[in-house]
Amino acid sequence: MARTDEELVAALRAGDEATFRELVREWHSPLLRVARIFTPSRAVAEEVVQETWLRVLGALDRFEGRSTLKTWVFRILVNTAKTRAQREGRTLPFSALHDPARVPEPAVDPDRFFAPEDAHAGGWSAPPRDLPEERLLAAETRDVIASAVEALPPNQRAVISLRDIEGWSSDEVRNALDLSEVNQRVLLHRARARVRAALEDYLA
Amino acid sequence: MIDAEALSCQELVELVTDYLEEALDVATRAAFDRHIAGCPDCTRYLRQLELIVVATGRLTPSDLSPEAEEALLQAFHGWTRSS
Repeated sequence: MARTDEELVAALRAGDEATFRELVREWHSPLLRVARIFTPSRAVAEEVVQETWLRVLGALDRFEGRSTLKTWVFRILVNTAKTRAQREGRTLPFSALHDPARVPEPAVDPDRFFAPEDAHAGGWSAPPRDLPEERLLAAETRDVIASAVEALPPNQRAVISLRDIEGWSSDEVRNALDLSEVNQRVLLHRARARVRAALEDYLA
Repeated sequence: MIDAEALSCQELVELVTDYLEEALDVATRAAFDRHIAGCPDCTRYLRQLELIVVATGRLTPSDLSPEAEEALLQAFHGWTRSS
């Protein structure tokens, strides 16, 4: 899909169903992943995505192209999800999304390194175990990775899903989630480290 | 700030994502490369992370259900008619 935002918006305003269907399909998976940050279940997230598209259509005449269409749609999604959570009296992980560095979380259990007073301070005392490449990439390992991603805190899950599953760039993720560059990386780092730990438990 | 001369394994594992994202400053990146060159354990850790990124990329995105798509298309037609 190599059309510009102007062309896409013009097609939508002209009532072009094929364009609408194309966007709805292409962005469904990432929209769902972001909605899951703010929703207790996949079913509610699906509803939030539906509601988002209705709001997008309702607001399309006011789209001015100051951000990309994609960023604009994801901002509407986040607002829709937050409004719904408020209505339903749920609390949201706002601070968790915007200030993840407040709570330290080592990538690897500190017990696996020599203590500061040791001659090998900070060196591996329990080195990473071998994860055979062919098993890491095997189809049966996919379920383990999927479960590990599913078990992540919502903000980490959204970032690793968008980056590593959907293949988004870091800028796209930062814009859609309104994250700083550093926080985007912190969340990605922790998510990947947790997935690695789960794989080490499973494979080694 | 990290002492770029003497990066420990424990410090290195915290820099792996910044390294893969090419977000390290020149001095830290050089220290990272030096450490990796002499440390098989950290080399293994880095390689595992690279492979995990590849493996995670093979998970499939979620599909839109036909019912949900139909509902949205109906909404789109309603919106087209009203605007």
